[in-house]
Amino acid sequence: MAMPAAEIEAMIRAALPDAEVEITDLAGDGDHYAARVVSASFAGMARVKQHKLVYEALGGRMGGELHALQLTTAVPN
Amino acid sequence: MSTDQRISEIVNGNDVVLFMKGTPLFPQCGFSSKAIAILEHLGVEYSTVDVLQDMEIRSGIKAFSDWPTIPQLYVKGEFVGGSDIMMEMFQAGELQQVMEDSGVKAA
Repeated sequence: MAMPAAEIEAMIRAALPDAEVEITDLAGDGDHYAARVVSASFAGMARVKQHKLVYEALGGRMGGELHALQLTTAVPN
Repeated sequence: MSTDQRISEIVNGNDVVLFMKGTPLFPQCGFSSKAIAILEHLGVEYSTVDVLQDMEIRSGIKAFSDWPTIPQLYVKGEFVGGSDIMMEMFQAGELQQVMEDSGVKAA
């Protein structure tokens, strides 16, 4: 089971239209990615909530279809 | 006893507990070993639960915290995060603060 980087990016953008999204393929197997998501909508939000927003954008694939996504979230400075 | 009760007993019975894949000596997943490395750096006493040995807890913990992945760190009964959040907090000095504020003993 794997997901192309472009699909991950599109799903995150669909849920967070203003977000800056950077996806790095860590292993070249379509299963291990790092993602950096910068969005103003994270402002004032606890880190766990920020990450949950991104996981929700991925429609429950996190931990299943998408095994490993090393996630970093930030607010634009 | 339901899985949920078992989990809340573990979570509330230990100041710092990490639900992980494998054990501190033999972590079975990169994210779990990163979480262990962070706890070792913090020098706090912690206990672990190997979810690979207990399938009920492995799935039950995800519903318990509404968090889709393992590892999961709990301090004084509160869900703190997975290995990404532990890393972000550790680098920002926030994890040390959480331990101090919760009165967690050093190892």
